[in-house]
Amino acid sequence: MEQIFFLFQVLHLLRLPKSGKQHLSTGALLDEKQVTLFIPCLVDQLYPEIGVALCNVLSAIGWSVNYTPEHTCCGQPAFNAGHRPEAKQAAAAFVAAFPGSGEIVTVSGSCTAMVRVYYEELFQEDARLPEVSRFVGRLAEFSEFIHRHDLYHKIQGVQRGRVGFHNSCHSFRELHIEREPLRILRCLDGFELIESANKQICCGFGGVFYLKYSTISSAMGGSRLQYFLDAGADTVVANDPGCIMQMRQEAASRKLNIRIYHLVEFLAQAMGLGCELNLSKRSAG
Amino acid sequence: MALAGEYRSFLHRSCVKAADASHHLKILKAIASYDTAVEAMKKSQFESWERARQVAASVKRDAVSRLPELLEQFEAKAVENGVEVVWAADAAEARAAVLDIARANGVRQAVKSKSMTTEEIELNEALESIGVKIWETDLGELIVQLAHERPYHIVTPAMHKSRAEIGELFHRTLGTPLTDNAEELTQAARVHLREAFCSAELGITGANFLIASLGAVVLTENEGNARLTTACPRIHVAVAGIEKILPRLEDLELFLPLLATSGTGQQLTCYNTIIRGPKRSGEPDGPEKMYVILLDNGRSSIYAEEKLRVSLTCIRCGACLNACPVYRLIGGHAYNTAYPGPIGSVITPHLRGFPGWQHMSSASSLCGACSEVCPVKIDLHRLLLENRWHAHRQRTSSIIWRLGFWAWAAVYPHRKCLQMLQPFFRLGSRLAGLAAPRDLRGRIPQVAGRSFSELWQDYERKRTNS
Repeated sequence: MEQIFFLFQVLHLLRLPKSGKQHLSTGALLDEKQVTLFIPCLVDQLYPEIGVALCNVLSAIGWSVNYTPEHTCCGQPAFNAGHRPEAKQAAAAFVAAFPGSGEIVTVSGSCTAMVRVYYEELFQEDARLPEVSRFVGRLAEFSEFIHRHDLYHKIQGVQRGRVGFHNSCHSFRELHIEREPLRILRCLDGFELIESANKQICCGFGGVFYLKYSTISSAMGGSRLQYFLDAGADTVVANDPGCIMQMRQEAASRKLNIRIYHLVEFLAQAMGLGCELNLSKRSAG
Repeated sequence: MALAGEYRSFLHRSCVKAADASHHLKILKAIASYDTAVEAMKKSQFESWERARQVAASVKRDAVSRLPELLEQFEAKAVENGVEVVWAADAAEARAAVLDIARANGVRQAVKSKSMTTEEIELNEALESIGVKIWETDLGELIVQLAHERPYHIVTPAMHKSRAEIGELFHRTLGTPLTDNAEELTQAARVHLREAFCSAELGITGANFLIASLGAVVLTENEGNARLTTACPRIHVAVAGIEKILPRLEDLELFLPLLATSGTGQQLTCYNTIIRGPKRSGEPDGPEKMYVILLDNGRSSIYAEEKLRVSLTCIRCGACLNACPVYRLIGGHAYNTAYPGPIGSVITPHLRGFPGWQHMSSASSLCGACSEVCPVKIDLHRLLLENRWHAHRQRTSSIIWRLGFWAWAAVYPHRKCLQMLQPFFRLGSRLAGLAAPRDLRGRIPQVAGRSFSELWQDYERKRTNS
């Protein structure tokens, strides 16, 4: 109660411009397929370029994107730390930020797993459970989305480098995503996919683990990157902003000569979509 | 305070090991050969490993759900077989029971085969305190005993020692000629242990399984030392956790190969022994007396927690330790408790108390590799989450984290609050980045110049204007 009161006070004092409140939608034609974006907080705050790449790729393969800026975090940090009441608070706000019934797509297997595996447990014996269950069914991770709608043929482009793929643990073990991202990568030409580097090894991020046990976490990140380097990779493509943050930081602090991209960034580059938000470019297909 | 002390020393030890590249290489090498053997054995021995896991999980879950009933059945049968059954509520009671047996029978020397339960109750120290000389007879356990260390791993206790290190240790402690030849070293241990087997009055073992329908103790091993431990001395004491129960003898058909596959990548271990009681009249060998100590020591509090109960189905194969990236990096000693790794992190806070041991539940990236390999399908990473929630509920978690997440929940999930605080976050991350020591500098996340939501709003504005 006190928290809510505090929140109202803060909001009242600072009244922000209304632009944040609108449910924005861009480039919608009547016959077009639409999808809503969930931009995970790490992408929103640290790596907006991943969100831009997601928009541009979706738009280029013929989907129009909606974005509701109200949503921020799915609640996973609190949940993983054992702080379930706080996680539930965040989850409730998160679900409320996605009205309607359309599909939602995101760039994090970990956030998707949080929603799909734990949300209903979090709302057991709560009147909001039916609403939460409906929401859970709407969310898909990017490669699941591509697979579900069989959009592989729309992905074309040229990349370079010797590339290893890093599947996030939650995407692999909680969502059982295994072949989809590799199949997406194989739609591109010009680069070498190093299969031997794709072994399922944790990068050591793990949310609060990264804060509480930073030395262990960092050493795990270092040995994950070393595995890629030993396999001869000069580029890592990953599918989770958490893993990307961890590996980029390790690569920077260890001065390793390796580039780390999110799958959608890698696709956006290959498809020549630029770094600016651009929702007008359409593929011929 | 004990709690901060144990947490702090865990942090310290784990950081030292995480930076120890030679330790990491040694462990990776050992685990790589384990992985190859296990993968091959899963394919060659089981038509479907997944199906075997499902059956094993359901048998063990059923057994644990009927734990009180099956334990009573075990006791009745064991007593019928001439075994004395002792119920020990905690480690102190279990130790006292063994010491009483040792005193009553004038024991001066004891031999012990590999048993994590006796590590859990710290039996060796207790026996030595009353002047009983105790010898570990499993080769790996003997190595760590000679080195004055604790087992590094629940299945392969001397995994962290190279052959050269063992050669040096044997040379120093047993006076064997310096060598790193595995055969010569094993031979030296055999000569040394044979004497101990012959002179010991007391043989101590754990139990891999307790068969309720027979009142029998099942031991599985590779060196024959458990067989000698239970055959030569006058008295046999088996210390078993109450969760070791299996309903029927027929269950071994699955559980022996399952344990051997997950534990060491073997089809079956070399020796598997089913012991139903002491020597009967007319039998030439075997102990005159046999005791089974049924150890609770916190297990019934795990039993009482609905979600955690499944952790009692663990068969202690050690697969989750080998799979765990944290264990691989920091090793078994960093945990400073009998059960390290994922299963240890799940059960230890319940066995030894949350205030001192909850840090183990947080020492995981929740990657789920443990749950993936568990032969009885325990969702270990989810149980770690349950433990963290338990710590929060019981208010044993740190006040700083609790306040932090309270504030986080009030602000972070709300876009307006977040947007308002954005400039502060941005500035904070820049300052922290500058102020951090050089080796940490790359590890301070930098908040982007424009967040995605701001970029989107910029784009919208531009589009409506043009």
